[in-house]
Amino acid sequence: MQRLQRYGWLSGLIPLVWLVLGVWQNTLGANPVERLIRVSGDWALWWLLLTLAISPLRHLTGWSGWNRWRRPLGLLCFFYALLHVTCYGVLEHFFSWEGIWRDLLKRPYITVGFCAFLLLLPLAITSTRGWMRRLGNRWGRLHLLIYPAALLVIGHYVLMTKADYRMPLLHAGVLGGLLGWRVWYVITYRIM
Amino acid sequence: MPFRWNPELKPEEITPEEWFKQRRRLMRSAALVGAGAVLGVDPLAAMEKGGAGLGEVRPGVVTLNEKQTSFQDASGYCNFYELGSGKEDPARQAATLVTRPWSVWIDGEVGRPGRVTLEELLKPHPLEERVYRMRCVEAWSMVIPWVGFPLAELLKRFEPGPKARYVAFETVLDPERLPGQKRELLPWPYREGLRLDEAMHPLTILAVGMYGRVLPNQNGAPLRLVVPWKYGFKSIKSIVRISLTTEQPVTSWNAHAPSEYGFYANVNPAVSHPRWDQSKERRIGEFLRRDTLPFNGYGDQVAGLYAGMDLTRDF
Ligand code: HEM
Repeated sequence: MQRLQRYGWLSGLIPLVWLVLGVWQNTLGANPVERLIRVSGDWALWWLLLTLAISPLRHLTGWSGWNRWRRPLGLLCFFYALLHVTCYGVLEHFFSWEGIWRDLLKRPYITVGFCAFLLLLPLAITSTRGWMRRLGNRWGRLHLLIYPAALLVIGHYVLMTKADYRMPLLHAGVLGGLLGWRVWYVITYRIM
Repeated sequence: MPFRWNPELKPEEITPEEWFKQRRRLMRSAALVGAGAVLGVDPLAAMEKGGAGLGEVRPGVVTLNEKQTSFQDASGYCNFYELGSGKEDPARQAATLVTRPWSVWIDGEVGRPGRVTLEELLKPHPLEERVYRMRCVEAWSMVIPWVGFPLAELLKRFEPGPKARYVAFETVLDPERLPGQKRELLPWPYREGLRLDEAMHPLTILAVGMYGRVLPNQNGAPLRLVVPWKYGFKSIKSIVRISLTTEQPVTSWNAHAPSEYGFYANVNPAVSHPRWDQSKERRIGEFLRRDTLPFNGYGDQVAGLYAGMDLTRDF
């Protein structure tokens, strides 16, 4: 059990290993760059949703052990988001800042994704014990940024979609459930 | 009339000399084997038998000095929403699209309207190979050796009337064979259209094959349009109706999102799309993106069609 807690997060790297092997063996299909960007984006979103699932799970099961998984899940989200953005910067633009800047101005889904990434960045940086201590009460308030970040990611997904909105709407539904539960929780227990 | 050369093609876009000589040899040997073979073969016979051959094809009528996309990628990665919205769905779903028997309505402003079977439609037209760039609106591109014949030849057969100004195309509407039509992602059937002069341009072809074989279903079997200077969505697949009209026809993507997909949809690096910056493209099989060329590199041949038009407005 101890060991699972310490090393369990490593299983979060399985998708990364799968992607690296895919690049290595050229099994990512006709457009490997698109595949890399999409799969890393998907995982970033999934880790984000799992991070947000911890509190409802804790409440539903009455087991506080879930809390331990929140930080590794959040960091996996950031790690895959970083991979996603790096693939975009390197494989789409090959470090062309001008090209990236033009995208930020001209392609709304890129603008929105970038804002989401900017919001995730301070959360990842302040995820250490030291920062938690230094920020005290403000740490919790800062980390409320995960909510706007999650909404922006869904916006990013919707805006990048061409005509078939099933997948982004499915994710929007899951996020809606997770946020809805919080609204219900706050109202029922009059926390505010 | 052995070859219909487009005299305006740039030298680097036409066949290299060795290929040309080789082609002449091929033609000669074909002629030796049986005079008239080119016209006499039923190109569909091979399909009927379930084979992949196409009968006689005049090789290299238009070629390109660019590396061809692999058949695997060109048939495995495509957009055909009627067979699924993922890029790999159409190849997986392809078997539901039964393409035989097939017939095509040709109507509207033509002297001889009516319905013809695919066999009748193809019979008079010698098939030729044309290697074209294919640029998708999603900013990826391929180089594909199509097998087909000029749309102009077909239209002439049915005698366009004096009032005809546009050509409208329709994909087959049959949710059993094209299950994607069960959901109204786009207004089905898929429709596309060209101005008559675009349709009559020698680069515009109807294709029945690619890579020397019959078209795979996911690539628009048994009959599709190929307009190489326009975004791929203009090149409508699995056509069952061709109408000559006086008014600009309604086209599917344009109707779905008029601010995103224009009627003309000429490849234009200067007009960007809210999702895809059109100044560059990823050539499938290449690592870094390359610059997108105006009219997909066919400007010398087709820019004249749009003289005096503001292509940032009529995009
Ligand atoms: C600067 C920031 C970002 C950039 C430039 C960016 C860029 C992109 C690009 C280029 C695509 C693919 C579009 C396509 O294939 O047509 C995409 C899709 C996606 N991105 Fe991002 N992104 C950013 C931030 C994020 C973040 C922070 C997340 C999640 C935490 C995220 C999640 C996604 C998801 C879920 C998709 C859809 C994947 C799919 O279709 O399966 N992105 N993004």
